[in-house]
Amino acid sequence: MSDLLHMRGIVKEYPGVRALDSVDFDLHAGEVHCLVGENGAGKSTLMKILAGAVKKDAGSILLEQKPAEIQSPIDAQRLGIGIIYQDFKLVDELTVSENVLLGQEPQRGRFLRLLDKKRERERVREVLKQLGEDVDTDIRVGQLSAAKRQIVEIAKALSRSVRILVLDEPSAALTDHELRNLFSIIRLLRSESVGIIYISHRLDEVFDIGDRVTVLRDGAHVYTAPVRDVDRKSLIRHMVGRELDQEYPKAVMERGSEILRLEGISTDFLEEISFSVFRGELFGIAGLVGAGRSTLAHTLFGAGSHHRGRMLLDGAEFSPKSPQEAIQAGVGLLTEDRNRYGLILPMNVRENISLSNLREVVRGLVIDRAKERSVAESYSNQLRVKAPSVESAVETLSGGNRQKVILARWLFTQSRLLIFDEPTAGIDVGAKREIYLLINELVQKGVGVIILSSELPELLGMCDRIAVLCEGRLTGILTRTEATQEAILALATQFPVEAHAG
Amino acid sequence: MPADIVAFRRIVSEYGIGIVFILELALFSVLSPHFATVDNLLNVSLQTSITAIIAVGMTFVILTAGIDLSVGSLVAFAGVVTTFGLRLDVPLPAAYVLGIGMGLFFGICSGGLAGLFVTKFRITPFIVTLALMTIWRGAAFVATEGRPIWELPEGFAEIARGRLFFIPVPTLIMLTVFGAAHFTLTQTRFGRYVYAVGGNLEAARLAGINTNSVLLKVYVISGVLSALSGILLASRVNSGQPNAGLMYELDVIAAVVVGGTSLFGGKGTVLGTLIGSLLIGVLRNGLNLMNVESYVQQVVVGVVILLAVLLDRLRKGH
Repeated sequence: MSDLLHMRGIVKEYPGVRALDSVDFDLHAGEVHCLVGENGAGKSTLMKILAGAVKKDAGSILLEQKPAEIQSPIDAQRLGIGIIYQDFKLVDELTVSENVLLGQEPQRGRFLRLLDKKRERERVREVLKQLGEDVDTDIRVGQLSAAKRQIVEIAKALSRSVRILVLDEPSAALTDHELRNLFSIIRLLRSESVGIIYISHRLDEVFDIGDRVTVLRDGAHVYTAPVRDVDRKSLIRHMVGRELDQEYPKAVMERGSEILRLEGISTDFLEEISFSVFRGELFGIAGLVGAGRSTLAHTLFGAGSHHRGRMLLDGAEFSPKSPQEAIQAGVGLLTEDRNRYGLILPMNVRENISLSNLREVVRGLVIDRAKERSVAESYSNQLRVKAPSVESAVETLSGGNRQKVILARWLFTQSRLLIFDEPTAGIDVGAKREIYLLINELVQKGVGVIILSSELPELLGMCDRIAVLCEGRLTGILTRTEATQEAILALATQFPVEAHAG
Repeated sequence: MPADIVAFRRIVSEYGIGIVFILELALFSVLSPHFATVDNLLNVSLQTSITAIIAVGMTFVILTAGIDLSVGSLVAFAGVVTTFGLRLDVPLPAAYVLGIGMGLFFGICSGGLAGLFVTKFRITPFIVTLALMTIWRGAAFVATEGRPIWELPEGFAEIARGRLFFIPVPTLIMLTVFGAAHFTLTQTRFGRYVYAVGGNLEAARLAGINTNSVLLKVYVISGVLSALSGILLASRVNSGQPNAGLMYELDVIAAVVVGGTSLFGGKGTVLGTLIGSLLIGVLRNGLNLMNVESYVQQVVVGVVILLAVLLDRLRKGH
């Protein structure tokens, strides 16, 4: 193993914050080096410096012992550094082959330099074959699944003969099966002496694919070691900087009355879903990407397409045709992507909290600012929102605190049933526990809670019962004692036989 | 950053375009002896009032991340409709009610139509209002056979010419519209929803806001205020002109954007729009007083719009 990359004493300052404080990082050829840390630890900034997207304030970068000047993404590309961002940088309207060779299109002709589409296609097919992937080169990228797009990104990097490949949270949009496929591609690249930097929130992946792991915390390097020498617990301790008591603080509670009952709910996608949720229990819903988890959540919230079947909320008929009706009936939805579907980012904490229940704070026509403010303050204190004041812009809040603001909104509407879609996605390990504790408090107060999650450990750690979906059907409900990772996966992959015949 | 730059940035970010406006007033006061007189300033406010009233409606629309290109044509058609109503064979007070009522009702209908296409049929506002722009302009010419409508009841012209406590009536109407709009946007639920819809449409819908109703209403507001302007303009020229309000949409959008409202929605104030409108109005007036040729004026106005928007960028610290 030769030393491929040395980053020494990297410093990056933004007004008011030192994003990177003299960070060292190195990478060997033919290894997978995992980079972990909480949000804001500096992982992405460090990688953006390597990729030339951000300029460092101090420090040096050595490539194969030689100093490298990386001032722009073009420099990085020339030096064989490829980066695949979480939100892919592909042009949806262009085809697979056009995307892969974007900026290095083969041309023909001596005077009129025309695009050589034949050679373009051939070159891309070659790269894809090298990856062992069968993707139609003429299809528009916009029509591809997240997993296929990722493969296009990897092909794009390979076509530029990368020596270093950075993968930023590559698993976020992948199913388990697709992730295993990605891992085999990573292993293939590793065997061809490419150095791979793998950023992830999911520690399981570090142990699956990593050779070495580096932990950053608050912009500083805290730990590097071979993966075989560390365990999950110590890794978390390094990330958070203190001992975490318990990742999943499960509270034992008494099951109460039935709050929600579904009888044969069907939509264009869902088929005959029936189950009941009780007060005093945490009800989880599992399923692979595309199994229908979010469709179900949207149907319960009146935000989906038309449904058949019967829903009962506390015994009363419940058939919301809009989110408004669902909210009036006492249902709240904490969406998966908070920034896109939950918060109004230009607004402050106060305005985001009161938004769904402004009628409570108006006097005549006019919004009573003082009352609105005191309501917002009382909920944000109750939920321990960390913000300078309720007048702070939500844009300045961390993921965990943003989630709390949405939760405050639904508490103010007096919700009796809360649906959490991916409750801790994008939230730090330390702040996750806060969210779990708040969920426990809600259940104790008699609020019905449903958690939809793609993180099995989260469901296994917190839920009393877990319903499993597969292609829009309910394939089983497991109690806490029955539920294991294997049992859930077995139900989640119970595809109907006829659907795959021929 | 040096301390004086930090201080400058803070002042700019707090008062923004207002500072530019004050500098502009000071500059013209020095350059032209005729500028800083009560008569001239009242005159500027009168000239600005027509587009400024439309700009209020446009601010609502742009706050929801939409656009309304139909306003200029609406000015013409509402003027034509009103003058047509005034000439109907009914006793005088009734003719006024009928004519002005028809003009305003037409504005409401046009805005409602735009809102319907934007919400129910999910067509982008740009296209919907572009179509309405050509439809109403054409309709105004068809209805009048291309000739202005003259011979209106006596007194119609007095609306725009009239004064109350020395202040021109259109100026008073403009200030009232701004006051009402400012109150609506800052103090009411509907106002908050306008910002929410523009800030994040899908999140607003999932927060239980009837987003379609909010969008429909902003286009109706824009329609009715354009019609109101059209009626005032008809009164000022004492006729219904099918080519009235040509290119107003661009002047109005410029005033809104100079006033700091984001074309992406969710950010902006009508106070900014008022200053933006006045800034452009004062600029035209000042250049006139200094005998700057009208072709040159166009160039200067364009440059000032660019500079004002650039200042806004600076203010947001980019």
